[in-house]
Amino acid sequence: MSERHNGKADRSNEKLIMDAGDITRALTRIAHEIVERNKGVKNVALIGIRTGGVHLAHRLIERIQAIEGVRVPIGELDITLYRDDLALRKNQPVLRKTSVPFDIAGKVVVLVDDVLFTGRTIRAAMDGLMDLGRPEEIQLAVLVDRGHRQLPIKANYIGKNLPTSREETVRVLLEELGEDDRVVIVKPQT
Amino acid sequence: MGLKRKDLLGLASLSTDEIRLILDTADSFKEVTGREIKKVPALRGKTVVNLFFEPSTRTRTSFELAAKRLSADVINFSPSTSSVVKGETLLDTARNIEAMQADIIVLRHSSAGAADTLARGVKSSVINAGDGWHEHPTQALLDLYTIRQRGLEFKGLRVAVVGDVAHSRVARSNLYALTKLGAEVRLVGPATMMPSGVDRLGATVYHDMDEGLRGVHVIMMLRLQLERQGRALFPTIREYARLYGLTAERVELADPGAIVMHPGPINRGVEIAPDVADSLSSVILDQVANGVAVRMGVLYLMSEAG
Repeated sequence: MSERHNGKADRSNEKLIMDAGDITRALTRIAHEIVERNKGVKNVALIGIRTGGVHLAHRLIERIQAIEGVRVPIGELDITLYRDDLALRKNQPVLRKTSVPFDIAGKVVVLVDDVLFTGRTIRAAMDGLMDLGRPEEIQLAVLVDRGHRQLPIKANYIGKNLPTSREETVRVLLEELGEDDRVVIVKPQT
Repeated sequence: MGLKRKDLLGLASLSTDEIRLILDTADSFKEVTGREIKKVPALRGKTVVNLFFEPSTRTRTSFELAAKRLSADVINFSPSTSSVVKGETLLDTARNIEAMQADIIVLRHSSAGAADTLARGVKSSVINAGDGWHEHPTQALLDLYTIRQRGLEFKGLRVAVVGDVAHSRVARSNLYALTKLGAEVRLVGPATMMPSGVDRLGATVYHDMDEGLRGVHVIMMLRLQLERQGRALFPTIREYARLYGLTAERVELADPGAIVMHPGPINRGVEIAPDVADSLSSVILDQVANGVAVRMGVLYLMSEAG
């Protein structure tokens, strides 16, 4: 599963991949691509995967509104209950609330996440979505695709393709999490 | 962070953080129970056994529904139809159930401490669904959840618990949790129904109901256990209803936004007047609905890999 962290970290072992400007430009491009691919946003809804994806989804709807003048519906999805490692874990992860205050049936749902890694989070998210209704289509937008997929899953919108080694940790740090906007690779501690 | 416990036996031993974690987790499941498809795969492949040595419909049904909505397999085991009648002990019964790979055992028993005994004897997680006059933690948790849902803060909350407190596991679990969370608990009822050593529990006793209800934010009515009539706890049901029955006039004595709770089943016209049970301040049916979400939360937190 992709990493999501918050709290001010020691930056000495970080390698900067995207700065605030890079993130802004990538999100603006993704917003345009969503509008273009769907020929407008009439039937489009954004659903962010907790926690990082939710903040990115909020940023995307602002940009989509600037482009199209329409505010698309937004939801938040907690995938914990659909994780494939739930039965194996010693400690149950803390549940957060899913909040999708609109009917997704017949909608083009764009799932938004910060990092695409093994694909397992997205698999869980799609199962979670299907339990809420039957969307017309599910698309996937991620800020970073770091490779190493373990499932046949592919993003429709990618902020940055980032070759990584499996041992590295990719962190998307956002102002909403009390950090300066940036994407970094954290070297494994030796 | 999870709930780092194998069993949920009572609220006396839980920290306020643990209680809050359960309530927050229940909140996530409340959303699930509001969906059209009220099922999530969180406990797929797990087995939950409802082991009920005492008759109970609502608690068992609530646990059963909660487990099923988490995709667990559920088995209901009741003693009247089983080998207990043939003299098998609690532990032997439980070990047999455990041998069938039960992950969680939900136990209801008429003896206080039965859940503790069972928890020590088996590897499965044990959830106490009521043991004698001791505790009924999930009922109190759903009461707390319902209070919080109404936007009430526990700190400084005035709660009147009215009725046969001495013989009520619901009252005891609520008393432990509410005082821990900073609420002021008043126990209202005749002296015969008050437990000994109440002052040690941090509650105040009122024998006059009107006085006890003045200014409270929550009125928690207990069921008058009519089957205990023979024990001479009160002279007649009519007298009890007159002295300790909740009427609309008595609700007026409480805080204007006060809520009325009852763990059910209610004796209409005995401890609670029908118009009060059906009034807007009554949250009795919310309690039942919240019970499923709270039990889903507890089952989820108890389902860590062994």
